[in-house]
Formats: sequence, C-alpha cells, structure tokens
Amino acid sequence: MNAMQARIRKTLVITATLISIGAVTGCHKKASGINPNALGPEPAPTAAAPTATITADPLSIDLGQSVILNWRTQNATSVTIDGIGDVNTNGTQTVAPSTSTNFHLTAKGDGGTTEANVRVTVRVPVAPAAPTESDMGSEAAFHQNVQDVFFDYDSFDLRPDATAAASKAAAYLTAHPAIRVVIGGYCDDRGSAEYNLALGENRANAARTALVSAGIPASRLRVISYGKEKQFCSEENESCWQQNRRAQFSLDR
Amino acid sequence: MIPSATATRHPIEPNLRLTYNRMHRPNRTTSLRHAYFGFLGVLLLLLAAASTLLAQEGFKTETSSGVSNIRIAVADFKPTSADPQTASFKQTFDSTLFADLANAGIFDIVSKSLLPQSTPGAPAEIKIQEWANAPTSAAMVAFGSFNVQGNKIICNGFLFDAKNLQYPQILAKQYDGDATDDMARQIAHRFADEIIFRLSGGSQGIAESKIFYVKLTGADKEIWQMDYDGANQHAITHLGTVSLSPRISPDNSRLAFSSLGREGFQIRMYSLVLNRMVNFTATGGTNLSPAWSPNGKDIAYSSSRTGDPEIWISDANGGASRRITSFRGPDVSPVFNPRTGSQIAWISGRTNLPQLYVMDIDGANVQRMTDGGYATSPSWSPNGQFLTFAWDRKYGPGAPGGQDIYVMEIATKRWIQLTHDGGRCDFPSWSPDGRHIVYANSPDGKATHMKIMTMLADGTQKHELTGAGADMPNWSWK
Repeated sequence: MNAMQARIRKTLVITATLISIGAVTGCHKKASGINPNALGPEPAPTAAAPTATITADPLSIDLGQSVILNWRTQNATSVTIDGIGDVNTNGTQTVAPSTSTNFHLTAKGDGGTTEANVRVTVRVPVAPAAPTESDMGSEAAFHQNVQDVFFDYDSFDLRPDATAAASKAAAYLTAHPAIRVVIGGYCDDRGSAEYNLALGENRANAARTALVSAGIPASRLRVISYGKEKQFCSEENESCWQQNRRAQFSLDR
Repeated sequence: MIPSATATRHPIEPNLRLTYNRMHRPNRTTSLRHAYFGFLGVLLLLLAAASTLLAQEGFKTETSSGVSNIRIAVADFKPTSADPQTASFKQTFDSTLFADLANAGIFDIVSKSLLPQSTPGAPAEIKIQEWANAPTSAAMVAFGSFNVQGNKIICNGFLFDAKNLQYPQILAKQYDGDATDDMARQIAHRFADEIIFRLSGGSQGIAESKIFYVKLTGADKEIWQMDYDGANQHAITHLGTVSLSPRISPDNSRLAFSSLGREGFQIRMYSLVLNRMVNFTATGGTNLSPAWSPNGKDIAYSSSRTGDPEIWISDANGGASRRITSFRGPDVSPVFNPRTGSQIAWISGRTNLPQLYVMDIDGANVQRMTDGGYATSPSWSPNGQFLTFAWDRKYGPGAPGGQDIYVMEIATKRWIQLTHDGGRCDFPSWSPDGRHIVYANSPDGKATHMKIMTMLADGTQKHELTGAGADMPNWSWK
C-alpha cells in the first residue's frame, strides 16, 4: 500500500517536472494542448516522436495573390494548421491571406507533439509595415515614444538630441499608422509675440520635416504655432525657458 | 524738443571724408584712376556698412517745430443753465479739454492757479488784457460756455489771441449733442482738435482718434477699443480664444487681427460698421500680423502656407494673394509706408536674431535697417520719414539688455532711444499726427503686467492709458 502511494507520488513529480521543463524551454504548446497520453501512468517509451515540416511557395506575395502551402509529417496521428483546421498528415493547400500570416502546424502522435511554422508576408501597398496595428496606442505609450523636441534660444535648427528624439518618434509612428499628430511650436516668453509666433511655426515645421524625412506621411501631421501664447512653464530662468522652447507632439483626435 | 543726448560719432567717419577729398583730386593716370574707382567701390560698401553703425542721436521728429511752445490759457467753461447734470458734465468737459491740449505737445499750458478769477462765457465777457498780463502771460485763451437744456448739451467754444487786442477772435464754435458724459468728452475732443489744427500749422488733432488693443481676459485675449486718452475702454470681440495684432483700416471701417483657431492662427476681419465678423479667406499655415495699405485695398501679413513664414499681400478679403519674400526663417510684422504705400518695413530672422528691414512692395530693394540686437514690432510714421520699433540692443542669454522703444530716421538710419530702464517695452504705434507714440510696457517684464502707455515722439510726457493686462496697441489712421 505504501509502495503504491510512493510510486504514484513519484509519477506525479516526474510529470510535473516534465511540464515545467516544457514551460521553461519555451514550448509554444498551449496549456490545453497537453497530450493526454503524456499524463498516463504508463507512457509508451517506444513510440517515436512525430516530425513535421511546412513550406510555402512563394514566401511573400502581393495582396490578392495566392500561395501554396506544403507540409510533411511522420509518426503523427492528427495534424492541424491554425486558421485552416484538421488536415491530412501530408498535403498541399492553396491559400490567399489578406495580411501577413504565420501558418502554424501542430502534429500530434503517440510520441508527442511537434510544431512547424511558415510565415507568408503579404505586401499591402498603402501600409507595408506592420499593418496589423490599427489602434492609436495609449496616450502614455505615445508620450513615452514621441517626446517633445527642444531648441536653442532664437533657433529652429534641430539639435542632435532632437534628431534622436525625432527618429524614435518616427519609429513609433510607423508602427502605429492610425495615429495622427499635432505638432505645436512654442517659444519662451522673452522677445516679441508676433516674431515668436513665426519662430514657433519654424520650430514645429523643423520637427515635421524630420518626421516626413523618416517616412511619416505629411498628411498625418498638423502644425500649429502657439508662439509664447501658451506657456508650459512661467518662471524667469533658463531651465524654464528651455522647457518652453519646444515642438510638442500631441495625438490629433 | 528732443533731449540733446550725447552724440556718439563713429571714429571712422572723418577718415572716410579725407579719403573722398583725396580722390577728387584731378590729373591721375588711367590705371591709377581705375584703381581708385575700385577703391571707391570698396569705400562705398564700407560707408554703407558704417552708416548702419552710425547710431547717433540728434535728429528731430515732428514733435517739435523748432519754435518754443505756444503759451495757452484754458479757462473753465461758464455754466449757463441750472440743470443739475451741468456740473458733472462740465467737469468732464473741462478736464478733457485741458488734458487734450496738454497732450498735444505744442502748448505751454498756463497752470490753473495762475488764471484770472473771472469766468468768461462769451466774447463780450472776456477782458483779454487780464489774460495777457503776468502772471498768466497767455498768448492764447480758450474759453466758452457749457449748458445742458433738456437732454442736450450746448457748448460754445472760443479761441482768442491775447496779443491782438483789437481783433482777438481766432475761433468760435458751437457744439451740441445728447446729454451724456461720453458726449461731453467727445465735444471737448472736437474743440481741442480745432484749436490744435489752427495753432499747429495745419496738422490734424488726434483727440477724436481711437486706439485698438489686446485685452487679457483670463486665458483668452480679446480685441478692445478705447479713446486716444484711455477713456471709454470696451470690448470689440468675444471670440473666447487668443486674438492678437489688431490693425484698424485707414477709414476706421474694418479691424484686421490674427486669431487662434483649430488650424492655428488665421487672419480674421471685424466690421465696425456692421458690428460683426466678416469674411477673410483662410489659408494653410500660421497667418499673423496683418497691416493695411494706406488706400485700404490691400493687407500685408505673415503667412507660412508654404511651410516657412513669409510676407504675403492679399486684397482686403484675403483673395489675390501673392508672396513678397522668400528667405528661410521667420518673416513677420509688415507695415506699409503710409505716405506712399509703395514700401514695406518688416521683421526678418534670416540672419538669426530678428532685424528690421525695408523693401518695395514687390519685394525688391531689400535694405537692412538695424545693425544687431533683437528688433521687432515696427510702425511707420504718417509722414513716411521715421520708423518706430522695439529693440533690445544687447539681446542674448545672460545679457543685461532691455527691450526699449526706438525711432529711426529711414534716410540716414540714425536713431534715438525713447524709453530707458522702464522694463520691457513693445508694439509702438504712431498717432495720426506723428507727434505721439502709443506702446506697451511691463515694468517687471511679465507678460501679464503689460499696460498701454503713450508719449510724445521724442520720449517725453509718458503716461499710462490702461492698467495691467493690455497689450499690442494700434492707433487709428485718423
């Protein structure tokens, strides 16, 4: 009786260890996809693990074209491809995805589960990069990635730090094509109001030009100069003036 | 009179004169002459550069005509009715008339304590010799009667020459209007303008002129209007946004300004005849600082529709736009030569810090006027000879510079400084007679403490027209 309990306990420990090893090694198997055979009290040690390969021809297509998927497995009892469903253990199929897609094949057999992937890239003419992103992103993420650009006094030339900030902003905006941006041009409160409005326009346009050069369509960018009419900081010292001399990015809703 | 400040002559000038004299000597060989012509060209360039540096004081604005001011006695007017309102309206009239003549800048006003005891109300009642004798010693006497009948003010005003005992009368005027405090003030303005017109050699008085300005109302800025003496302050716009740079048309019918909307600053137009906003075609970019041509048909302004702020000219409805400048950097604050309409002065940042420039209205003959510092906000004198502008000659991080009001004679580029150590000054604007300049001043430099001041064009007789929270004054053309 005691020996029996010890043996069951030992089996459970081994099973738990195996599962945790699977998790640590980055197995992409879903939690619900654990092969019930693996949990059996008497796993069959002699069954060979399944093998699987999947290829696509061609690997990248233009939107509207089709691609041939070709897969081969061994020792598998059931094969599924995400988005297509159960398929034969070996086969081909013609598909026409509308966006870039990972075709994920899962082959299950007595010896375990094996996966294979192939990525088909679909070139979409208007939004070639990461077109699966259609959300605006969060306000916080926007401000973290698209940071204000600061200027020297009476200058609208981008400083090196401003160029770096603009590159980072451009990368984020490329990844979030739905975002439209207002670029506000601001000046410190010294100098004259009319001139500062023109200078703020030049500052905002300098930031806009940097983004357009980095591939952001000009139609997504709107420029407004506020000059010294909307001060960010109202103290009379250089750190405060520096905060006011900026091109500020905001979500254009 | 211009205060005769120390004239700082540039040391290079005498040398240049000497060189010119030497060059005019005859009997030179051809090759030498060629060399000299080349030399002459270089010297001309040097002279042009040097004249910019020749920032010496000492020219005259029209404020002083070269003669001593006329000594004028302004009698309190005689009340000739028992209406209980008479006293308060007459008080307004008397003080307004006195202030108008004192502000004119051409009179030496006799202190009221030195006036004779009598209060003449009509020519038959004045003993002119009393006013000519010491201590009054007046050359001119303004007097008359003021009464209220029913709902009307009736006012008779006279101007007598105290040195011409036989035929002393110069002016006799009768005014009437509704019995209101404002009307009492307007009648005083009209009579003052008549006196100034007669005694100033024919230049129009400014007592009926208006000043348009920006009033800070919380976070917003609205356009307001007041009389030239600061009375009768009232709002024109109620747009609930930031409106700047009011510019009144030459005929006082329309007010152009720049206002912040969803697409940034745009030129807006308000009709003072219809008392409502009227159309001005919007364009892309930031549109700023409108300026009327003297014929009232065109408006010059700064527009960044091409991505860079440039000076553009449109018709008064915003149509028929054409670009005048094309330089990288801010171009803003244009103003027409009000005498010819054929030139524009404006502010350009093409060489970094903003400088004052003049050009023809087709963009030709660009001429830089200031030699450095930070120059903004030009206004062109009615006679076309002078520019007034704000200038910080020592602008920069940590520099002790102050932004002050200057007047420059265009032909010579010589300038005088009109304000000193009074805090930040900006937005000077000439009066219609060219004898006064209204401007904004903030004693501690804070934008919210800006108030509107006026002075004579030689920098004397400064006084406040508004309290804090008023900026960007623009004096009407008449």
